[in-house]
Amino acid sequence: MIAQSFQYESPGTLAEAISMLHKYGEEAKILSGGHSLIPMMKLRLATPEWLIDINGIPGLAHIKKEGAVIKIGALTTEAEIEHSDLLKKHFPLFADVTKLIADPQVRNVATIGGNLAHGDAANDHPAVMLALNATVIATGSGGERSIPIDEFFHGFYMTALQHGEILTEIQIPVPPAGTGSAYHKLERKVGDYATAGVAVQLTLDSKGVCKAAGIGLTNVNPIPLRASRSEKALTGKPITDKTIAEAAKYAAEDCSPSSDLRGSEEYKRAMVAVLVKRMINKAAERARG
Amino acid sequence: MLKKITVTVNGTQHVLEVEPRLLLVHMIRELLNLTGTHIGCDTTSCGACTILLDGKSVKSCTILAVQANGKSITTIEGLAPEGGPFTPLQEGFKENHGLHCGFCTPGMILRATELLAHNNNPTEEEIRWGISGNLCRCTGYNNIVKAILYAGAKMRGEALPSTEPEFV
Repeated sequence: MIAQSFQYESPGTLAEAISMLHKYGEEAKILSGGHSLIPMMKLRLATPEWLIDINGIPGLAHIKKEGAVIKIGALTTEAEIEHSDLLKKHFPLFADVTKLIADPQVRNVATIGGNLAHGDAANDHPAVMLALNATVIATGSGGERSIPIDEFFHGFYMTALQHGEILTEIQIPVPPAGTGSAYHKLERKVGDYATAGVAVQLTLDSKGVCKAAGIGLTNVNPIPLRASRSEKALTGKPITDKTIAEAAKYAAEDCSPSSDLRGSEEYKRAMVAVLVKRMINKAAERARG
Repeated sequence: MLKKITVTVNGTQHVLEVEPRLLLVHMIRELLNLTGTHIGCDTTSCGACTILLDGKSVKSCTILAVQANGKSITTIEGLAPEGGPFTPLQEGFKENHGLHCGFCTPGMILRATELLAHNNNPTEEEIRWGISGNLCRCTGYNNIVKAILYAGAKMRGEALPSTEPEFV
């Protein structure tokens, strides 16, 4: 399959890339890893007239800790995340999630920025970033803008990014001691989108009471979903079979999966409940050390 | 509008003028006539088109040729010199019946080349996860895994495991 003809630019600076986006207008798309965009172009589901390849722009592929924040550059690949000891130390769920994203060759190319900017609730990082309370940094002609993750996803393939803006960084608050996180997705085979996926981050105090909970759901809602009622069901309470069951029930009720080849709506809701339960247990176990 | 790109393929530098929409796999097969890189699914699933791009295994059906500008590519043809000794992986595949119809083999070997470059002593489970982006429809995975274990042992200079074929 061959994409429709397009023009290709590979700017060397962010400013140049942004001015190209303004110059070429809505017909320009940004190319990062390209592992969502190029397949869509080959199927002619996407037919941009201009591709602005941002891979030649320095300073967009980093994983670093600055004060109480971990910063991940938009061009950081899934493989780099998979092998980052810094990320796995603070957020054990990155070891869970990267292993489940596509396959090793795709992870060598696909980027975290692209995974989020694509605005697809079937992707795995949106739920992860909801659970971790991340902030997305977008850079445009007016400089940088911080977008809380809860305001980032607007609809199917739609995000808060304006035309002329480039997602440049993801910032995640470093959680306090006593925090654990976990992610799992049910998939039919390697490389498939999730039948259902759940990301959980919990902070427990010394008595085992939940001080903070973040829960994000993958591919069971038109837009990536924060399981707010489930989070509230845990916060301020000890993690017991009862509170876990309550959180699982709310998540299954509050999501809105569609029946498809991966399963019926009913099945997906049931799987959300199972995964929420398992991931709370796993995150709590990790939080206790 | 054609774009001029410079790529080094199996150690030889090429300057090419390509359409931006040209896929890397088509550049390799049709412009450079290196047909060892296969096209299986054409949808980033099967891994038959796997090559090394600056040492990293990637699926060349999902990368544009223009994205390889300035980079170095290794295909199956570039692993062993003409008539020269096989790499440990090629030898492992030969000795362990790691190829049946052979269609997935170039992709399997390039992928496993990167896997063993990072860790020449992987467990069977690490190998199976490591080649999870490569499909073999002859269901020959057992002997492929054995071939990779064999190559790892060879690279470490250890005694080679049995090459008795596995029948399942």
